[in-house]
Amino acid sequence: MKLKKLEGLLGDLQQFTRPKVELEQYATGPHIASRMLYTAENSFDDITGKVVADFGCGCGTLAVASSLLDAEHVVGIDIDPQSLELAQENAADLELDIDLIQCDIKNLNLRGLLVDTVVMNPPFGTSRKGADMEFISMGLKVASRAVYSLHKTSTREHIKKAALRNYNAISAEVLCELRYNLPKTYKFHKQKEVDIAVDFWRFVPRARDER
Amino acid sequence: MRLLTHNMLASNARGASTGYPLKLQVVKWTTKEAEPNADFLRGMLPKLDWAALVAATHSLGLPGLLPESPPTDAELSADGAADDEGSALRRLHRALLEIHIEEGTLVCPDTERCFPISKGVPNMLLHEDEVRN
Repeated sequence: MKLKKLEGLLGDLQQFTRPKVELEQYATGPHIASRMLYTAENSFDDITGKVVADFGCGCGTLAVASSLLDAEHVVGIDIDPQSLELAQENAADLELDIDLIQCDIKNLNLRGLLVDTVVMNPPFGTSRKGADMEFISMGLKVASRAVYSLHKTSTREHIKKAALRNYNAISAEVLCELRYNLPKTYKFHKQKEVDIAVDFWRFVPRARDER
Repeated sequence: MRLLTHNMLASNARGASTGYPLKLQVVKWTTKEAEPNADFLRGMLPKLDWAALVAATHSLGLPGLLPESPPTDAELSADGAADDEGSALRRLHRALLEIHIEEGTLVCPDTERCFPISKGVPNMLLHEDEVRN
């Protein structure tokens, strides 16, 4: 599938109508989401024919993108039931089969080896400190090939150190720096929209028998 | 939820040792056809917990769908397996990827904590005081 086609399909997905600030629910825009998944597949062969999990899937943008790129099995995981309903509708509209699980990522218990790749646009840890680290840590426990994620550029050094030292990553690489355009989602946002610098990361977990 | 997801999902309830495999109580399930991918299934075979998968098909009332011991790679690769509905490949494909559990319950094997499945989505949420340390 061409990048433009993927971006177009993702642009038609339903988004949150009443985002929850405590969960830092910001939709992953079609421009960023399509490029994340396109890179994961075309540069690293991590999506097509693979088992992909979307952590904190929200309305399912990254899960849908994985499925559109022919991931063999896609599992979207979120704590929020309204998000999962939206994700289910979005998948159904495109006639995609995506499994969904309602679970808090920090309490997730997935048996190893079956999931190849984890994709996520996690909370940045602004509303609840450490939420971003819980996602990286669990991603590296679950994935056997790679974890793709977005994090604020201001946290780059901290994330690199933690991933390599504490979370069993053998590599942690920023693939590119993006401008994440955050439209005014919540009442406390003063400006109409704000651009923040965000890193697109690829983490590779240590092989299980080497841990 | 399909059985491939069931094969990886475990309970994180306090008191659970592995929390795996979750017992499956099914109220409603459906079948949805999907294109079999022989390479994917062959790669998946050694990673599956076969006993858990077989037990799951039994709880669906499909005791004949899968054999008690896993098929060999040669059986999955047999000529014409993808087109033969009774082949080991197609049966494995059906079990893992075509059966959708719509309503039912997952039960933690260690603690009996129940996790409801509603509209196809298992709810694995735990209260903070129920979470395994």
